[in-house]
Amino acid sequence: MSTLQIDFGHAKPRIVGIDLGTTNSLVAVMDLTGPRILSGIVPSVVSVTSSGEVIAGSEAREMLITHPERTVYSVKRLMGRGMADVQDELKLFPFRIAENSESVLKLQLGDKVMTPPEISAHVLRKLKEDAEDVLGAPVTQAVITVPAYFNDAQRQATKDAGRIAGLDVLRLVNEPTAAALAYGLDKRKEGIVAVYDLGGGTFDISILRLHDGIFEVLATSGDTHLGGDDIDNLLLQIALEDIQSEWGENVSDNAGLVQLLRRAVIQAKEALSFAPSAWIDLEYGPRKYQREIDVQLFNRLIEPIVERTLGPCRSCIKDAGVTVEQLNEVVMVGGLTRIPLVRSAVERLFRKRPHTELNPDEVVALGAAVQAGILGGEVADKLLLDVTPLSLGIETMGGLMSKLIHRNSTIPASATELFTTAVDGQTNVLIHVLQGERELVKDCRSLARFDLKEIEPMIAGMARIQVRFLIDANGILNVTAKDLRSGKEQSMDVKPSYGLTDDQVEAMILESYDKAEEDFKERQVREARVEADAILGATDKAREDDAYQALSEEDRAAIDRAMNELRLAYHSDDHLLIRNQIEKLNQATMSLAEAIMNEAVGKALKGTNINA
Amino acid sequence: MKFYDALGLEPKLALDSDDVKKRFYDRSRQWHPDRFSRASSEEKQRSEEMTAVLNDAFRALRDPVTRAEYFLRESGLELSKDAPPELLEEVFDLNMALEELRGGDESARPQLAAAQERFTGMLGDADASLAEYFTNYDEKPDRAVLDEIHATLNRRRYVSNLVREVEKELNVHSAN
Ligand SMILES: Nc1ncnc2c1ncn2[C@@H]1O[C@H](COP(=O)(O)OP(=O)(O)OP(=O)(O)O)[C@@H](O)[C@H]1O
Ligand SMILES: [Mg+2]
Repeated sequence: MSTLQIDFGHAKPRIVGIDLGTTNSLVAVMDLTGPRILSGIVPSVVSVTSSGEVIAGSEAREMLITHPERTVYSVKRLMGRGMADVQDELKLFPFRIAENSESVLKLQLGDKVMTPPEISAHVLRKLKEDAEDVLGAPVTQAVITVPAYFNDAQRQATKDAGRIAGLDVLRLVNEPTAAALAYGLDKRKEGIVAVYDLGGGTFDISILRLHDGIFEVLATSGDTHLGGDDIDNLLLQIALEDIQSEWGENVSDNAGLVQLLRRAVIQAKEALSFAPSAWIDLEYGPRKYQREIDVQLFNRLIEPIVERTLGPCRSCIKDAGVTVEQLNEVVMVGGLTRIPLVRSAVERLFRKRPHTELNPDEVVALGAAVQAGILGGEVADKLLLDVTPLSLGIETMGGLMSKLIHRNSTIPASATELFTTAVDGQTNVLIHVLQGERELVKDCRSLARFDLKEIEPMIAGMARIQVRFLIDANGILNVTAKDLRSGKEQSMDVKPSYGLTDDQVEAMILESYDKAEEDFKERQVREARVEADAILGATDKAREDDAYQALSEEDRAAIDRAMNELRLAYHSDDHLLIRNQIEKLNQATMSLAEAIMNEAVGKALKGTNINA
Repeated sequence: MKFYDALGLEPKLALDSDDVKKRFYDRSRQWHPDRFSRASSEEKQRSEEMTAVLNDAFRALRDPVTRAEYFLRESGLELSKDAPPELLEEVFDLNMALEELRGGDESARPQLAAAQERFTGMLGDADASLAEYFTNYDEKPDRAVLDEIHATLNRRRYVSNLVREVEKELNVHSAN
């Protein structure tokens, strides 16, 4: 990489686009030729090693089987949620909730306790580092995608995760909308398109109108707890029951086995998209479990899940004020849209063959990169006008919800309300802000309580406090209040119902800086040193080999010289210099390595047992 | 009026919907926060405020009914929730029929379907007369016309709630 490194020193810092998925995460960037994925898929799994280090990605996914008690997956399901929300999840997922989880959910991972945003931050940090390695420059700004149907708390939690990971989150973009951007659908100057996104944990449907580069979302709907995880859990249940009857033993408490089985189940599920039948195949020590599942059975199992996506589709069409006939295109996003039953259900409902040209795993990240390009100014001809998925309101007398901003309103959107006091001398007014479509407060989602305080005592009804509710372009609520009598800003306390306060996030940012966050350059140096250690160690060992003695004096001197030079460079903090010397040592030891290799192959061949 | 200002329009009741749309898109392109991500925080905030008002304005003005409601509110006229007196008798009969259908009496269905059709027709009539009042008022802002609009809107709102309710009942019961 070092030789090909392009100097970005004078260029604007790059904004990356990140798809922070339930199962898989990806990072992409906008190039002159279009959006480009920067590194491979990063599984959204986080694990704590025995030495207390936190790792994320493929390595962590391996730990699911070896150390299930210190590893967590699908944490997106817990973002912005409270204890009461996750009771159902807890039955199906091996989440271990730590004590003191009343105000903010906390997970126990080994001896570490982490909130969902902190856990997601580790996935984000991994993506950030991958991106930095490819770009050869620090990355500090990002666009992150969220399910369109995410509520305020879930969005806020995602933004918090970004901040904790050291990223300035310039925008949250809805996943289906991002996909529409990536699909280049705007080649059609005018048109109406639907995006159907069924992933690992969430389902979204959005309908957009395209107009000369403007992507105007007309309506969106979905379910933030519907996806591949649910299919996995169904199959897992069946397999566990099978095993119970075959082995005469309930193994559902054996977390390692369950994870191994979950992996086997996922393999079968994915294979069934391309084959008429597949095996769930488990080997656990000396014991085996095998079961064939054919497509007919699989379809019967998942039909209710597929069916659950169609209701939101119908209401979205209605809310968008369009008919099925008016829709020009349907786009499929998310790993689950590879399932033939899903495709045929969508085709039947929308009466058109859906687009599946782009890789459904990558399209959201690519779209996030396009949005990053829009924000960075490189993409000038596109603009996204998104909507808020849920109505926003306040609690009024009798436990009723009074709507201020209706769902599917284009964001930013705002509303103002005038508040006053009800009794003489009252100095506080409490505003309870909610999100949801139902009439009763108890059926809506509590967002926060705002306490307008230090109101000047006066006769009831005299105070005039104007409160402005603004849903910003990220879909996040901002509230400001003004005392109309004095014209001054009204002071208030905010208590979010779920999630972290600003102070808590700040503390986590500091903590993550202390422990894990390193400056990009430092990391480059550290990585170069790790490589240097490896090659120096290997060379030292090789020098004890007979092959070393067999080298010419000249060759041996060259190796020694290169080793010394690398050791000198080692303590500089210039990673390019270190890598340069590594490369030189590599060259110098080329013939030595070859000689040793031949020797080893020779030995290996001699020892080969033909019966093995 | 703030919403008209946001779209750069004269406060008229009759608007060309294509023109309103075009103004909305053009201004969105200029004002949207996406265009200000590298600007100062004051500029960012201003863009957010302006876009929020622009979005609110487009939502209110693109549809003739919500537009007229906004126009009236700005002129100090609030819509009422009461049944228009001239409809009282008919609504009384309708509620009886709805009760019967809810109680399982299918013989009420034809009557309801007929009422449904009549009310839907009324909505169409209301829209047509609104359009006429709009041009009249725009030409000569006469308070009497505004009052006519006010009455029409009240009636329209009431009738449209009725239509929705009847439709719901007819569907619920045809489903079983
Ligand atoms: N060939 C396939 N057949 C069926 N399912 C598949 C296939 N390939 C992937 N999947 C499933 O798709 C899901 C992952 O999809 P995707 O990567 O789109 O989700 P995600 O973006 O991580 O989640 P979300 O968008 O819901 O947060 C997993 O459940 C995975 O098992
Ligand atoms: Mg996804």
